[in-house]
Amino acid sequence: MAFRHEVLEKNAFLLLVAALVTVAIGGMVEIIPQFFIENTIEPVKGVRPYSPLELAGRNIYIREGCYLCHSQQIRALRDEVERYGHYSLAAESMYDHPFQWGSKRIGPDLARVGGKYSNDWHYAHLRNPQSVVPESLMPSYAFLEERPLDYAHIADDLITNRKVGVPYSDEDVKNAIADLEAQADPNADHTALLKRYPKAVIVPKNGQTISEMDALVAYLQMLGTLVDFKDVPEESLDR
Amino acid sequence: MSAAATASLAPVEYNDDVVRKFVIATVFWGVVGFLVGVFIAAELAWPSFNFWAPYLNFGRLRPVHTSGVIFAFGGSALIGTSFYVVQRTCRARLFGGKALADFIFWGYQFFIVMAALSYVLGFSKSREYSEPEWHLILWLVIIWVAYLVAFVGTLVRRAEPHIYVANWFYLSFILTIAMLVIVNNLAIPVSVFAAKSYSLFAGAQDALVQWWYGHNAVGFFLTAGFLGMMYYFIPKAAGRPVYSYRLSIIHFWSLIFIYIWAGPHHLHWTALPDWTQTMGEAFSVMLWMPSWGGMINGLMTLSGAWDKLRTDPGLRFSVTAVGFYGMSTFEGPVMSVRTVNALSHYTDWTIGHVHSGALGWVAFITFGALYYLVPALWGKTEMYSRRLIAWHYWISTLGIVLYITSMWVAGIMEGLMWRAYDAQGFLQYSFIDSVVAVHPLMVVRLVGGIFFLTGALIMVYNMVMTVRRAPAGALAAATPLAVGD
Repeated sequence: MAFRHEVLEKNAFLLLVAALVTVAIGGMVEIIPQFFIENTIEPVKGVRPYSPLELAGRNIYIREGCYLCHSQQIRALRDEVERYGHYSLAAESMYDHPFQWGSKRIGPDLARVGGKYSNDWHYAHLRNPQSVVPESLMPSYAFLEERPLDYAHIADDLITNRKVGVPYSDEDVKNAIADLEAQADPNADHTALLKRYPKAVIVPKNGQTISEMDALVAYLQMLGTLVDFKDVPEESLDR
Repeated sequence: MSAAATASLAPVEYNDDVVRKFVIATVFWGVVGFLVGVFIAAELAWPSFNFWAPYLNFGRLRPVHTSGVIFAFGGSALIGTSFYVVQRTCRARLFGGKALADFIFWGYQFFIVMAALSYVLGFSKSREYSEPEWHLILWLVIIWVAYLVAFVGTLVRRAEPHIYVANWFYLSFILTIAMLVIVNNLAIPVSVFAAKSYSLFAGAQDALVQWWYGHNAVGFFLTAGFLGMMYYFIPKAAGRPVYSYRLSIIHFWSLIFIYIWAGPHHLHWTALPDWTQTMGEAFSVMLWMPSWGGMINGLMTLSGAWDKLRTDPGLRFSVTAVGFYGMSTFEGPVMSVRTVNALSHYTDWTIGHVHSGALGWVAFITFGALYYLVPALWGKTEMYSRRLIAWHYWISTLGIVLYITSMWVAGIMEGLMWRAYDAQGFLQYSFIDSVVAVHPLMVVRLVGGIFFLTGALIMVYNMVMTVRRAPAGALAAATPLAVGD
């Protein structure tokens, strides 16, 4: 026999190299093409980077571990589409660093929760989930309302996102704080904000300052609303 | 064994101090991890257990539980046993001296404590089983490189001609975890002073990288590493050589090659491209064979020594662990088939599957090793009480059975309710109906967890009494391992 396993058993470095090569192959074959095959992400219109307030809200969603109970990924199965809406497209999370698809539904999927309930419902629900869904297992997030949102450095978050590939323009970065404040103030002028971030949902600032809950609601209210599926022919989604 | 090897049989002074420290850490983190698990199980039965927001909310505690049992309990067990095993099977003292070993121990414990604190205080990357932010990951990488150096250094200075099979598994575990952790944590921090970072990857690609990591954290941390443990402690406790040398070669290389491909089965029917899902599914089904190769090799090692199960309750843990390993590595491929996954994904079935592996395999093989190690390391002839080991065994086994059966029922019920249609063709149940329906099963699961925790507390008592009271002397049954000859 040309090859004897003994060779590897008697040389720690050969064993190390052989094992490393063996474990590297699978990941390389599966992962690397994702970045080069063109139809990994469908060419659909409407997906845009998060507005500064949505991005801040998303970071609260991540911090509180919401993804541990709520998926954001509607699978291409009949019952899921009927329950939650059109199945999720890769394009819809193309600016998600990191992704929030989740793995367990202790609560329902949130991929298209945006616009499904009113702002008031979300505030009531976050304060005391059992007040609107008596059997809910969700903890209270009332504390988010008492915490002022820390957004002094939100422009840095946009810049960092740009470094990992999110197309924020210089203008987006420059106006980050103004856009964030406008989105949490129903009386402000929203023209510039909505031009940069179409379909952004304005949230009522309930206290003196913008709270973490305001940001979270702004994020939840845009989830899954960006793509208009009337414009998307089904055959264009085949991959 | 050659004459030269026999001549070098002079006693080597092993570094057992670091192994003792890791054994204590394993037991400590085991109890902590199980306790947090019991607590969050209570939160899922009665949400009023989320009484101290935000710190004790489920979303912040769940990573404390998962990291606590996988990395603190499992990790301490793996590093500790690997140091014990590599020194003995190489007949060489641990490379790097006391300083490197202590650095690895304290550095790793520091990582664990900081990670747990950071979750509770609200820092998380939201990557499952890899939640710590970037500065903690950098620290972990330093510790891990030190661990690799100590382990490989010991292999290099071995007095045995062959590298024993347990060490192949430990080595592949250390290497692969390094690769996975580094790639999965590629991110850009907002600033050097900020904890927050943004992943280099986005959306579907990010999901694939994360589950390539996530699945292989199971494959290499929770499987390959613990197979290393199996390959030393089962032959030792049974006093029998490993059943088949050839099988161990075949199943080692096929296991580590195939495992890596299986990650996409966590993303069936999602926006991940179909070709990747198909690949993940195919390799997951193939994975059944090398997994059972390990199970067969472990169980058949007992040939001619099955009677020891009656007299050695520690060995009973190890052997039952291999049984659970076989069961959950059969269940896994089944769940990775897309038709099954359509039902099982997002449900408690997955949680049950993970726990049949984590409690039945990982924890039980560790308990078996601990019952062997504690008397061996503290210079006792045997454990303080065999009766208490038996109690631990039965109460934990009952706990696992309650846990996994309740999660099967809950998971399949959720899956069926979510896809049920009424006579008019409408979805029959709202989501909250399924939450209400599984409530009793959440309670049963909690009881199962309490049983498992109780068993661990019995073990702690038994171990403390062993160190304090058991008669001093050499370990009763120490039989040499035969390998490759």
